[in-house]
Amino acid sequence: MELLFFYIFAGVAIGSAVLVVTNKNVLHAALFLILTFFCVSAIYVILRAEFLAAIQILLYVGAIMALFIFTILLINVMQAQFLRQFHGQRSLAAILVVALAAETIFLLLSDFRGSFPLMPEMPSETLGKAGLQTLSNLLLTDYLLLFEVASVLLLAALIGAVVLARGNIATADRRR
Amino acid sequence: MVPLSHYLTLGAIIFFIGVWGVLTRRNAVIILLSIELMFNAVNITVVAFSRFLDQFTGQIFAILVITVAAAEATIGLAIVISLYRGRESLNVDEINLLKW
Repeated sequence: MELLFFYIFAGVAIGSAVLVVTNKNVLHAALFLILTFFCVSAIYVILRAEFLAAIQILLYVGAIMALFIFTILLINVMQAQFLRQFHGQRSLAAILVVALAAETIFLLLSDFRGSFPLMPEMPSETLGKAGLQTLSNLLLTDYLLLFEVASVLLLAALIGAVVLARGNIATADRRR
Repeated sequence: MVPLSHYLTLGAIIFFIGVWGVLTRRNAVIILLSIELMFNAVNITVVAFSRFLDQFTGQIFAILVITVAAAEATIGLAIVISLYRGRESLNVDEINLLKW
């Protein structure tokens, strides 16, 4: 049963990921990316990471993709769909990417137990019983420095985004 | 139960779809979207390892990756807006001031 749902969500995730990359219309690409995020969130639920599944939808779909869609609507990118969409290097890049992906997947599937000898065959059922409590305890004790660094990073990104997107006020006044 | 290699293969496939998008597309916004795809692929891998090793460290790293993705998306979109303001175009082939 779990395997069936994994295959459904993985298939939809891969299909919409391909559509994100190949779509001409930027807005449609962003909407397909949202579909991918929902499928990844379902896979987190299968992995018993319910908190991450919620964070995925709240933060990725609710914040990051909303920001993307606002930006897409703000700038007039709709004319860009009539241009050529791909570089001249696309066939070379496709060969490279397919070779790398085939290599990785071959390594993962062929000598899997040899690559990860300590990894158990199947996960235990104990994880996720008191998941959120353990997670928050860890985040505020062992990984407190990580938490603080992430806060400072977000502050820096906020200030940087304001400075970059504000533009030059002097030229804006002149244009007006 | 789903074996670990399935999760890792899914992560690898989505990651390489993202790599393909970054290497081939000419639109800056689509390149940013492909980078988000790659972040998600890494997160799937990390959370799968965390589940199979029975430790929560992987989930904490996934939260950190999501934070970094949020910061990266904000900065990337701010750069996209200021590029569009200056050049009326988002074609990365034309943006080559720092290339040579």
